[in-house]
Amino acid sequence: MYKLLLCLRYLRTRWIALASIVSVTLGVATLIVVNSVMDGFTTQMKERMHGILSDIVLETRSNTGIAQPNWYEERIRNRLGDSVAGVTTVVTLPAMMTFQHNGNSHTQQVNLIGIDQKTYASVSDFSKYLLHPENRDQLDFLLKEGGYAPDRERMQPSGWEYRRPIARYRKLVNDRVRDGRTAEEEQAAEKSRYEALQQQIQREQLQSNTAVTESQSTNADSTDPSAPANSTTPAAPSTPDDAATQTDSSVNSLMAGPGIVIPNKAQQVLQFDPEKEQRTGIVLGISLGSIRGREPDGTVQDFFFLRPGDDVQVTFPNAGTPPRGIDETFTVVDFYESKMSEYDSTFAFVPIEKLQHSRGMIDPRSGIGAVTSIQIKLKPGVDLNTARDALRDEFPPTHEFVEVRSWQETQGPLLAAVQLETTILNILLFMIIAVAGFGILATFFMIVVEKTRDIGILKSLGATGTGIATIFLGYGVLLGTVGAGVGLLCGLLFVWKINDIARVVEWITGREVFDPTVYYFDTIPTIIHPFMLCWVTLGAILIAVLASVLPSIRAARMHPVEALRYE
Amino acid sequence: MNNSDSLRHPPIPAPHMLDTKPSVPYRVVHPEESEQRRTTHSGLPSVANPMLTATGLAKAYRKHQSSVPVLKGVDFSAERGKVTAIIGQSGSGKSTLLHLLGTLDRPDEGEIAFDGQRIDCLPSRQRDQFRNNQLGMIFQFYHLLPELTLLENVLAPAMIGNGILSYWRNRRQIVERAKHLIELVGLSHRMKHRPRELSGGEMQRTAIARALVTNPSLLLADEPTGNLDQETGRTILQLLRVLNREHGLTIVMVTHDESIAQQCDSIVRLKDGRVERLTAPILRTTSV
Repeated sequence: MYKLLLCLRYLRTRWIALASIVSVTLGVATLIVVNSVMDGFTTQMKERMHGILSDIVLETRSNTGIAQPNWYEERIRNRLGDSVAGVTTVVTLPAMMTFQHNGNSHTQQVNLIGIDQKTYASVSDFSKYLLHPENRDQLDFLLKEGGYAPDRERMQPSGWEYRRPIARYRKLVNDRVRDGRTAEEEQAAEKSRYEALQQQIQREQLQSNTAVTESQSTNADSTDPSAPANSTTPAAPSTPDDAATQTDSSVNSLMAGPGIVIPNKAQQVLQFDPEKEQRTGIVLGISLGSIRGREPDGTVQDFFFLRPGDDVQVTFPNAGTPPRGIDETFTVVDFYESKMSEYDSTFAFVPIEKLQHSRGMIDPRSGIGAVTSIQIKLKPGVDLNTARDALRDEFPPTHEFVEVRSWQETQGPLLAAVQLETTILNILLFMIIAVAGFGILATFFMIVVEKTRDIGILKSLGATGTGIATIFLGYGVLLGTVGAGVGLLCGLLFVWKINDIARVVEWITGREVFDPTVYYFDTIPTIIHPFMLCWVTLGAILIAVLASVLPSIRAARMHPVEALRYE
Repeated sequence: MNNSDSLRHPPIPAPHMLDTKPSVPYRVVHPEESEQRRTTHSGLPSVANPMLTATGLAKAYRKHQSSVPVLKGVDFSAERGKVTAIIGQSGSGKSTLLHLLGTLDRPDEGEIAFDGQRIDCLPSRQRDQFRNNQLGMIFQFYHLLPELTLLENVLAPAMIGNGILSYWRNRRQIVERAKHLIELVGLSHRMKHRPRELSGGEMQRTAIARALVTNPSLLLADEPTGNLDQETGRTILQLLRVLNREHGLTIVMVTHDESIAQQCDSIVRLKDGRVERLTAPILRTTSV
């Protein structure tokens, strides 16, 4: 009883000891803040990576890919049984994307990913990172009328709303490109030139067919220079329809130069009209089509140089040996924003059939398309590594040409780096608390010396050495608890208000603490693990207690008479 | 543990027994009772009924290689229900003797017995218990705990003697007894004050109340008036005398003041670590 009473009294009256545990408080608070922020980062990162990557990937480096994906899928399902939640096939390729912006051609390296839009959502959170709400439900690679992320001012308008006026404008510009003449004038001029040419050919044919005399030949020579002059006159009366019917259409197309529009009904239907049609859809990582920057007033914005509705050219290798580059034009139908800069700046998703078709990956006999990787999603609660090992066993690297990897292994180096960072920070901060422990040790020695007479008094009243030691140990526990408790509260408060605090620090220092253009997060992500709180707090208390052990022993061993005499 | 029982002679009510007679804060020895005891214990003629005896006590303080002898074979005995004074000059070893008697220190040689039971060679835990149960001590410099209030200071030995649970169970009786003692020493109005807010006499009276809270049979006083003015000293001595007379408390008092020693029942004179002579007081002041 007296121990408790004295502990509490000392706690209330010895402010110097409280000062010595401020370092514990600070250490605990810092540890909690650092761990929460690091955990927040790691968890968000992992969540995103995991969401994007699916659980396990069977991958081949072969250019032609896995020829029988169905058979592989069957083996996977047989091996893993009930633990499979979803399987999808994917073709991934290194590719090059080209687009026009401000009259310049830009080229960017991309990871072209052919996905099966029906099953891909079952293995990853891919669709939840798309911008258009309909695409989040089910991606169909079709351009939408509009409604892409209405909250992004800089992205409006998008979709058909954007494509249509742009296409119309482009057409207008193209039509007016030659000497300021309209398309009709251009067409009429071309037609008359063409007809003059036709007449000349006919004439030459006539000449070669009949017998050629000297007088005729001189006559012909005289007509030659007049031919261009004459060519315009016979063209005028003849109608374009006559010219078209007079000659074979195949000859027509052969003769036609670039930019000549042949008014043929069948061809008019086949003509691609960007105002009404789209190319095969492509979903781009948002950083491929935008730059994150600041408005003049300082707010962070994405500036889009590509929008849903723009066309891009993608060049990728075909499946031949050696592979040759082929290029296809795609229409951007949506953006993909996972907020993982690595993915957002390289991923481009297209329909898998398109890639298989263009690359020649479809077996002409069976009609089955080859794939380069098979992605597997496991049911919740299934152990990732067990499933991976089972698949490694099923597809041993020595026999198969597929590689089995879990998502953690795919992102292993990054995760390991973050883990190492967290560990080192923890060690360093615990060092700080340990230093604080030595401070407590010194302060406690001082207190024991100061309390020497009181110790003597207590002993003369019959207190045991153990009892005296308990007082000081208890004092240490109390101090540690108070210090760690206050630190805990401060840390939690800090974590709770971290974004406000960051703003205040920004305001004071004038420097950005957490730059959203760098980190992609608008706010600092934090996660508080109760377990972490426990071990940090208990660790700090333990250090305080350990620091009070030596002074306590000294107090317990004090000789009562000498202690009583102490002045 | 078993020793503590045998030490309790006469038995001191355990805390749980206090509730049977809460109105009697400490043991009252009736004249018949003390008479009875006197007949059962036959001791030396000078000390008929010794409560505390010491024979051949020697103590030397060692520092480095040199040894400073303080006590060189002291025989001592304190009669039950009497006030014994230990008198001597500074450095004569009287405080050391008191510390040895109070088991705060161990003698190099010799024996100390309390109620016929040796206490100098007890294990330290039992000596702590003995100090708590059977002894009350007061000092020249009062030695109150500065962090505690007057009441808490008085309660401290009871807290030390009881575990947290038994203290909690008996807290009402213990606090009542403490308050009664504070009333007895006349400090009821000062219950919540800290020692530094008290005067010297008040502090010494608090120390007396504290010494008595565990209902000890022996009070050791180390120059209780040494730091007080004469008037205050006299009231303290009066208080001790009342406790001795009315409640049969055995008191051993160290003093260097001859006039105080003369008021005691017997005097032990120490000189250079030896007992000079045992004398009866010349003057008996029965009035106090």
